Amino acid sequence: MSDSKSLIDTLKALEADALDAIGGASNAEVLEELRIAYLGRKEGRISALLRGLGALDVAERPAVGAEANRIKESLVAALEAQESATAGEGAAHGPSEDLTLPGRTRWRGGIHPVNQVVDEIWQIFRGLGFVRARGPEADTEWYNFVALNTPLDHPAADEQDTLYLKDSVLLRSHTSPVQVRVMEHHEPPIRILAPGMVYRRDTYDATHTPAFAQIEGLVVDEGITFVDFKATLAEFARRFWGPGTKVRFRPSYFPFTEPSAEVDVKRLLTMKDGTRVESDWIEIMGAGMVDPNVLENVGYDSERYTGFAFGMGPARIGLLKYGVPDLRLFFENDIRFLSQFAQGGAS
Amino acid sequence: MNISFAWLKAIAPGLEMSVEEVSEHLANRGAPVEDTEYLGAELEDVVVARVESVRPHPDADRLSLCQVNNGTETLQVVCGAPIIHEGGYYPFAGVGVTLPGPFKLKKAKIRGEYSNGMLCSEKELGLGRDQAGIMHLTGTVSLGQPLTEALALDDVRLDVEITPNRGDWLSHVGVAREVAIGGVDGIVLPAIPGAPALDLEVATAEQEISHAEVSIRIDEPELCYRFLGVIIRGVEVGPSPEWLAQRLRAVGQQPINNVVDATNYLMLEMGNPMHAYDLAKLDGSRLIVRKAHGGEKLQTLDGLEHKFDSEMLLICDASVSHDIGGIMGGLKSAVTEETSDVLLECALFEPKSIRRTRKALGISTDASYRFERGVDPEGHLPAVKRALEVILATSGGDIDGPILEVLPRPWEPQVLTLRLSRVAHVLGISLEAPDIEELLKPLGFGMERGDEDELRVTVPGYRSYDVTREIDLIEEIARTYGYDNFPGESGAARPTNVPDHPLFQLEDELRATLAAVGLLEATNPAFAPASEGDVELSNPISTEESHLRGALLPALLRRVEYNQARGARDVRFFEIGTVFHSGGSGNPPVEDLHVALTVTGRQRPAHWTEEVETVDFWTLKGLVDEALAGSGWEGPVVGGRGESDDDGAEGQDTDGRPRPGAVASELFVPATTVEISLPSGEPIGWAGQITPDRVDSPAWGGSVWAMELRLPAEPQLDRTPTFQPLPQFPGVDRDLALLVPQHVSAQSVLDCIRGSAGALLDDVTIFDVYRGDGVAETERSLAFRLRLQAWDRTLTDKQVDRVVGKVIKRLMEDLGVEQRL
Repeated sequence: MSDSKSLIDTLKALEADALDAIGGASNAEVLEELRIAYLGRKEGRISALLRGLGALDVAERPAVGAEANRIKESLVAALEAQESATAGEGAAHGPSEDLTLPGRTRWRGGIHPVNQVVDEIWQIFRGLGFVRARGPEADTEWYNFVALNTPLDHPAADEQDTLYLKDSVLLRSHTSPVQVRVMEHHEPPIRILAPGMVYRRDTYDATHTPAFAQIEGLVVDEGITFVDFKATLAEFARRFWGPGTKVRFRPSYFPFTEPSAEVDVKRLLTMKDGTRVESDWIEIMGAGMVDPNVLENVGYDSERYTGFAFGMGPARIGLLKYGVPDLRLFFENDIRFLSQFAQGGAS
Repeated sequence: MNISFAWLKAIAPGLEMSVEEVSEHLANRGAPVEDTEYLGAELEDVVVARVESVRPHPDADRLSLCQVNNGTETLQVVCGAPIIHEGGYYPFAGVGVTLPGPFKLKKAKIRGEYSNGMLCSEKELGLGRDQAGIMHLTGTVSLGQPLTEALALDDVRLDVEITPNRGDWLSHVGVAREVAIGGVDGIVLPAIPGAPALDLEVATAEQEISHAEVSIRIDEPELCYRFLGVIIRGVEVGPSPEWLAQRLRAVGQQPINNVVDATNYLMLEMGNPMHAYDLAKLDGSRLIVRKAHGGEKLQTLDGLEHKFDSEMLLICDASVSHDIGGIMGGLKSAVTEETSDVLLECALFEPKSIRRTRKALGISTDASYRFERGVDPEGHLPAVKRALEVILATSGGDIDGPILEVLPRPWEPQVLTLRLSRVAHVLGISLEAPDIEELLKPLGFGMERGDEDELRVTVPGYRSYDVTREIDLIEEIARTYGYDNFPGESGAARPTNVPDHPLFQLEDELRATLAAVGLLEATNPAFAPASEGDVELSNPISTEESHLRGALLPALLRRVEYNQARGARDVRFFEIGTVFHSGGSGNPPVEDLHVALTVTGRQRPAHWTEEVETVDFWTLKGLVDEALAGSGWEGPVVGGRGESDDDGAEGQDTDGRPRPGAVASELFVPATTVEISLPSGEPIGWAGQITPDRVDSPAWGGSVWAMELRLPAEPQLDRTPTFQPLPQFPGVDRDLALLVPQHVSAQSVLDCIRGSAGALLDDVTIFDVYRGDGVAETERSLAFRLRLQAWDRTLTDKQVDRVVGKVIKRLMEDLGVEQRL
């Protein structure tokens, strides 16, 4: 009885010594020495103690054996824990590194904010079954004006001050010529989005640049009505500006659409304190049902086909969306500006 | 278009809407109100005062001392106006009153005399430009009355945005048609104060008409559709009465004299421009509407002299011109205070000719603006009658003879067929005939039932310009029905058969790739100075932007400078955009999509563990490889040194396109620049170090590296991977150190290894380049690692040796490359 108890006490003292030694070990070599010293099958101190087991009563042996196993497991665990705690230390920067120091990073790139807006708009229309189309930026009066039901001798042609090259070639003043080109080459159903650069003879100020991005849209098929027109664009507006956005359609005039409309939205904004307020009405696009003359100009039967078209300025939308005060910032290409729109933050 | 709210209410009796409601209503009808201005703003404390006496200032020649009665007391006021009538009524601002400006009046001592306020000029009140004299108030005003009441300044000016199709909205009556109760039937023109009852006859002829000594003739019936003239004798030209002046001032027009003001008043009220001639100044008392003789000149009312070509329409007497028809009158025959007999004109001109002439002359007037957009062909007679009422009421005189009318072709109102089925087809809602009548009749359209599905719609003259087709009527229906009243549910859409344009997909992929490798996307306008492109603008904004860019890099490098000037050392850009070059005479310019990138500064953001090196050629080349992988070109080659661009093709490729390097090669340092080309040898771009003097960098600025590449018009985008079975047996790596002569490129060694190793070669990489001890100066040692792999077995040493032996033999034979042992 007293023999077994004293043996267990000796084992426990040995465990305490071993744990102390393990805790103080600073590297794998010392730990390996400790493992051999305590747990080694031949020379280990626990093995040595257990050799005295034979002197005990048979009935007392299991309790001592169980305690010995528990202590072995405890030491193995302590050795492993200490080993992983000290692993890598001392390799390059000494034993106690400050792990709050920053990690290695890479340069953050990013897509231009206006192109991010274009892409966001495209993704929404893509979900509504649109595809993208493009046309030349230097175009003719036919595509830019005449085919779009805008005679050059009508005041409507003045609404956009056009930049000309030689031989009556001009820089397109809107993306609408793409409508005509697509319809010339394809039969309905047409469901296209045409992003691209357009040019006007404007001087640079906070709300004008002589070159800017525009996005055109065109839907032509049998049975397309003013109701489809409103529903499609209202759906876009709510998806882009968020649920709770109000959409308003006002009569307007564009030579290539009839009826024509301006589309306004009223956004529901969430303030920093969580309250929600409505914005003012914001003009976001010009639109309308395609004028029958435009359809006839490309050889479509305007009695059979109807459609709608729309155009918007992603840079202007970018001003509203990001709170940018001046369109010129989009062309300055200051990296401190562009980095605000980069992937994962600052560059 | 400025609209006076008071004027609008005067012609639309019973109009109950507020300014805000009218604005909202007009916006929903397509004429948004851009701005509203309360006219009496800052004048609330100005009163009507009477000057009781005037005496000279004892110490100043040009000043006078006035005793001014403001209704409650009489005060001394110092005044600088040359003429002040004793007993006359004037606007008076007392001490403490704030006038527009704004400035606040204080009690002042002027050359020893106190002034207790100010008698005001139009300019000081913000009512007009006249600052020569103080504003003499005529008509019915009373002492102490607020000026806003006396001048009817209790009015709001609406700035209404009118689209170019709606010439009919360029008058108060036109706008009233949209807002009056009952529409056109709710408009009642108020009586002109003091107007005599007129019973006028109209004498009409097709080409020429005369009365007494006066005759009027139209020689150009295609350019002038109608001409009404009236002789008024014995007028007394002078200032307009206050009610007339007020109406003009309310919409921002300056009163001139009673006759001219009458014509302007009618134009603003009913939309018909008119002109009054001094009859005595017309040679032969004739008016002839004819084209100009080439080189003919006229000094117009604005004092400028204009010279005409033979297509321009003039209104002339027997010898000279007096009016640019429908645009501006001449100075010589203008109505002045000396005028006694007047010939009043109210005509109708062809819009396109007006537009052409006024654009060629570089002028735009209220009259030309209206004629260009279309003036009511039916409105002349009522407008002339009302103008005569105003002229006779304000300037006296007598009408001599009938209204003289030249009308080459009588006006025929247009009747359009409107199908109810078509309304539903376009608008997606069904409306019955009574619904449509209810929507269109208030706008002045006449309606008659035709067949079951049809309505016969008569278009009023003032809408004859923009309503010529069935679709135009359908727009009117949608507009008056209210866009917001349409339902918002859409039916299913059929998928389109138009393909998504592959260049957009290419752009998407390139943007994603280049942003992912740490470049910021820049955008620059396509304009460039003459040195950077060969496509010229005919009406450029500035000489710096007189051409279209032939390459992206020059502008992109300026953005590098811009950022360096703001202290940025690490600048990393890419841009995707269109460049232009001349397509030869008679052809439109050729457009290509390019991608450019540029980097300067450190390879990576700074980190405390290391000294980060600056970018070099190999950084650039890695980025070029990223760009090329997403470029849509098949098998592009990043090739030899860029200095040998002398293939005799005058710097152009087979399409007449300038070699991409033609602009760009001047930017690069030749020794560290490579050409990018297609397997056919056609160059598509350049990459390398930018010549230091091309970028105006600060002293600390690092070297700048850049690439520009033309993208294919028809990119190869189908890169769907095809599964390769995974090897079941281990591969073998074998390293080869090779002594490569300086003139043999690493690429050619790689090509040779690939070409000679056979099917067992899985991969080959270069893992070391060594020059120095043990290697001749004419050579360098390149270390290659070949990975050999058989799919069906583990390779034996013998098999590997055989392959390597074959490779070494070929390297020796083809390139003179030996193994370094």
